[in-house]
Amino acid sequence: MNLLSQGVPLSWYLLLSALLFSLGVLGFLIKRNLITVFMSIELMLNAVNLSFVTFAHQWHAVRGQIFVFFVMMVAAAEAAVGVAIIIAVFRARATLAVDRIDLMKL
Amino acid sequence: MNGNLNLWLVALFPFAGFLLNGILGRRFPKWLVTAVALLTPLASFALVLNASRFVFAGSPELNALPYVETCPVGWIHAGALNIDFSFVLDQLSLVMLLVVTGVGFLIHIYSVGYMGHEEGYARYFSYLNLFLFFMTVLVLAGNALLMFVGWEGVGLASYLLIGFYFKKDSAANAGKKAFIVNRIGDFGFLIGMFLLLANFGTLTFSEIGARLAANPAWQGGVLTTIALCLLLGAAGKSAQLPLYIWLPDAMEGPTPVSALIHAATMVTAGVYLIARTHILFDHAPFALAVVAIVGAATALFAATIGLVQNDIKRVLAYSTISQLGYMFLGCGVAAYSAAIFHLMTHAFFKALLFLAAGSVIHSLGGEQDLRKMGGLRRKIPITFWTMTAAVFAIAGFFPFAGFFSKDAILYAAFLQGPGGRALWFVGLVTALLTSFYMFRLWYLTFLGESRSPEIHPHESPWSMLGPLVILALLSVGGGWIGIERFAAFLSPSTGVRAAESGGPHLELVLSVAAVAVAFAGWFIADLFYRQKPAQPAELAKALPVTYKVLSNKFYVDEIYGATVVKPLFGFSKYVLGWVVDTGLLGGLAWVLGGAALFAGAILQRWQSGNLRSYAAWLAAGAAAVLLFMLVPWASVWPLSADLIWKAARH
Repeated sequence: MNLLSQGVPLSWYLLLSALLFSLGVLGFLIKRNLITVFMSIELMLNAVNLSFVTFAHQWHAVRGQIFVFFVMMVAAAEAAVGVAIIIAVFRARATLAVDRIDLMKL
Repeated sequence: MNGNLNLWLVALFPFAGFLLNGILGRRFPKWLVTAVALLTPLASFALVLNASRFVFAGSPELNALPYVETCPVGWIHAGALNIDFSFVLDQLSLVMLLVVTGVGFLIHIYSVGYMGHEEGYARYFSYLNLFLFFMTVLVLAGNALLMFVGWEGVGLASYLLIGFYFKKDSAANAGKKAFIVNRIGDFGFLIGMFLLLANFGTLTFSEIGARLAANPAWQGGVLTTIALCLLLGAAGKSAQLPLYIWLPDAMEGPTPVSALIHAATMVTAGVYLIARTHILFDHAPFALAVVAIVGAATALFAATIGLVQNDIKRVLAYSTISQLGYMFLGCGVAAYSAAIFHLMTHAFFKALLFLAAGSVIHSLGGEQDLRKMGGLRRKIPITFWTMTAAVFAIAGFFPFAGFFSKDAILYAAFLQGPGGRALWFVGLVTALLTSFYMFRLWYLTFLGESRSPEIHPHESPWSMLGPLVILALLSVGGGWIGIERFAAFLSPSTGVRAAESGGPHLELVLSVAAVAVAFAGWFIADLFYRQKPAQPAELAKALPVTYKVLSNKFYVDEIYGATVVKPLFGFSKYVLGWVVDTGLLGGLAWVLGGAALFAGAILQRWQSGNLRSYAAWLAAGAAAVLLFMLVPWASVWPLSADLIWKAARH
């Protein structure tokens, strides 16, 4: 017994997933703070997770759910590495504004 | 020896000497340099003597001359074309080898005395050994390509030795001139080889000879073209008209080099080439006539210039050109054995003339101007007597060597009908001029009173006088073998001479005429330079134009400069340099570089280094892919690809 079987249609979940993903993209593009950008990436990953779970339930396939675990695991590892990089950048540059981190520019 | 003559060692010994002295010579003590430089040619000479002993003894293993030695490792094998490193010893190459290694060894000995105080002693001998290596390769080569290797190699050695005093501008320029003028001749040789390959499919001399012998009716046509191309090559190397201009300038090199390379051996390579390929020339009568005319014209032309030169080496240089003209004349009337005979005697007396001139120059501390010499007879008697033998030999006095060989050529020319008689007359006039300018040189150098009393000449060391004496003996007796026996010996490689119709009576008359003009030349020189020393200047005043033209060598260098060198320089500088190089190639490079810069200037805006702009492009790309997948019209593309695939299969 869960929510899905009680008549919440599939498209609602997918719409929510798309909305979350778009918010993530938007945040990624327009925010300047590196930590916010990082959080936007996590948001995109979780939006994808949501659609994975939705389809797995719809097709009664367990593979989607396994994928979700993989994504969460990778996201955790990524968070560890990412935060470490952010700390290193902050120590070196004393700023977290993405626009100022542009040493690779020609 | 069991029939193995080890010909390859004849060439390799001097090469080893070149490597040793060339690489280690600067660290060697002087006596070791000398030892290496002398022993390697001596070893070659000994091998050649050994080979000739076998040949003359009629050794059973060598009964079938030519004796061929082929390197087991081939050189070029492509399709039907097979070219090997093969050395061929026959009568012709044996005579050449004896001259090259024998005279070459004598000149090496002489050089020890002459170059003893020079800087670059080891360098000099390494070049000289390198020359001997390439010259023996040239002589022994069994095919035209290997001969060409030697041909180019002696050109290289000649270039290096002419420019031996490379700190002097004139010497460096003379070296370059010799090399560049020789390239023109080499071009002819190369074209000739290409034509040989196209028409015979082989470059091996014996195979070409066999093919021609099988087709006696094959005359003229492409054979004439081939022969004329080879003649161009020979004219370049042997300093014939119109390519003779490099040889007088080549006198910038050390005197022993002039004796070895620019008198006795290398410059005769052209004659050797014609004798070696004589079967081709025999099938191309027109080319043969051209050879004769070029030879006679060169002989006369160079002799007239030689009349008024004042540098002792330049007189000898023009005399060399003139004598090479005789050899070409001999080849041109199909008297190849007479030409080779003259080549041999000329190697003796001209090497002697140069070496004696070197001894004179050495004793005067470097003075080469005839006008500043005189009265040296008592000061340097051995040089004087040896030089006298050479002067009598080149002038053609009986019984000196030059008489026999020159006489043989003139006689062969006389028998060739009316045209041949004209050539004979030109040769006779040249003999008169030769006799005159050689005795002029003799009188100005050795007789009369010294014109530079402040110089105290001294006789040269025995390392120089020894070769002089040996060569003097050869200049006197080198011709006594007589043309009949010499021709009979050479006949397997140069063909049998045409039956002579003259008879002994005619031969005697022509010989008397030749000796008479030699005496006439001596008499005129005696009149001008002993009895009435004021006469030459008066004559020059009476014929100012003639004298000016002659002393300026017919302005040939100036004419070539104006008609060939200057237009070439102009073409190179303006058309090739400015238009092609700067304009076309430079412009193209500039346009390409500019385009790359321009494209880069636009594309680099993408690489902003701004993380968010990269992310925006990424998102835009993802959106584009999504659009492509979702919008129905976009799926037209795979469909059309499918259609094209199907159409192609049908």
